[in-house]
Amino acid sequence: MLGFSADEWTAILLSLRVASVATIVALPFAIFAAYALARWKFPGKVLIDSILHLPLVMPPVVTGYLLLLTFGKQGAAGKFFYDVFGISFSFRWTGAALACGIMGFPLMLRAIRLSFEAIDRRLETAAGTLGASPAWRFLLVTLPLALPGIIVGVILCFAKALGEFGATITFVSNIPGETQMISTAIYSYTEIPGGEEKALRLAIVSIVIATLALVASEILNRRIQRRIATFE
Amino acid sequence: MRNMPPPFSVRARLKRSDFCIDVNFDGYPGLTALFGPSGSGKTTILQMIAGTQRPDSGLITVGGRTLTDTDARIFVPSHKRRVGFVFQDAQLFPHLTVGQNIGFGRWFTPAEGSTPQQDLVTGVLGIDGLLKRRPATLSGGEKQRVALARALLASPRILLMDEPLSGLDDARRNEIMTLIERVRDEFSIPIVYVTHTRDEVRRLATHVVQLTDGRIEATMDAPDLPDA
Repeated sequence: MLGFSADEWTAILLSLRVASVATIVALPFAIFAAYALARWKFPGKVLIDSILHLPLVMPPVVTGYLLLLTFGKQGAAGKFFYDVFGISFSFRWTGAALACGIMGFPLMLRAIRLSFEAIDRRLETAAGTLGASPAWRFLLVTLPLALPGIIVGVILCFAKALGEFGATITFVSNIPGETQMISTAIYSYTEIPGGEEKALRLAIVSIVIATLALVASEILNRRIQRRIATFE
Repeated sequence: MRNMPPPFSVRARLKRSDFCIDVNFDGYPGLTALFGPSGSGKTTILQMIAGTQRPDSGLITVGGRTLTDTDARIFVPSHKRRVGFVFQDAQLFPHLTVGQNIGFGRWFTPAEGSTPQQDLVTGVLGIDGLLKRRPATLSGGEKQRVALARALLASPRILLMDEPLSGLDDARRNEIMTLIERVRDEFSIPIVYVTHTRDEVRRLATHVVQLTDGRIEATMDAPDLPDA
């Protein structure tokens, strides 16, 4: 199909699956963390904020290695997830999604947090005087007004997940059909004689996907901005 | 009239580092103006009635229902108070249409016998033609009219208005004052109206509570308010 070989297709589809799962699973956590950091006062806030942002500044290899220690077969978290949910991460695509989700998380968190901070809280007060409980205020006022930031965060996390390399290859290696994604496949093709053409094709694919994601987010964002248009 | 229990009563004390409020007054049917210079605590009193601000000590009742009683440790949260609040700058929800904005309260407090009908409210306030519009496309006067409709349609036991005319030019002020008069006369909901402008008190109020530095300087019927 489209001139791609079977293993190229496998890598492309796996990349899309891993990036989508990583983004969707990370989203509720990111919304919760962003809200907590934007609105609540609690001890250790600065520390938690820093820890959540660590994947952004640490070498990805270190993140991957820490994941190997904690979520690997012998790791405490890895054992817990296997025993309780039957989910195994090591050398599986699920592990790739975990690594990608953690790497994309700080980007998503930042975008969503900024949009929460930008919301005029008097609108929530107004909703309260109209009978909306705090939960309804969040669902009907806060969340819709934060939507532009949430979309930006989702796109950033998805793009980061698609391009993730260091943490993924350290944690789940580069197994064709299981954990080999576009970026790790490109790396493999550049290592083997005659692989340049495949590497180039996959490079173009990743550029196209990233561009489409950006354009889609821009269109969505404009549509929302037109609807909200808080500026006069 | 004067022998009936007051439609609302406020006794509240609130101390902050930069100001102090200590008031005790009963409301009357019609429109009670909280009148005084800025910084006299008018808006804070309104917020204490609405439940968005807690007094250090006090007792606030509306329509015979206790909303705040610090001695009995009663504090009804704002979303259960059934107060209609009209803010200085409207505070319409920008992501909803005008129709959705004015329907917001009804969603949480179902209509009942005493609730004004939506057609009547939008008719009186002249916003029938705006229902599909977004707040960002409205003029300042239109926004305040929508805000008034939104508050009325939430079946409030009391209507609280915080300088609703302050952002408007003279023609619009006049127009909205006419509408507030109609709301005052046609819907039997007590209104507390915060202002620092004497001509608004003259025109709209039935009763005046004059405030200075968080204390009541005088209470009187509106016609008795002296010139400056």
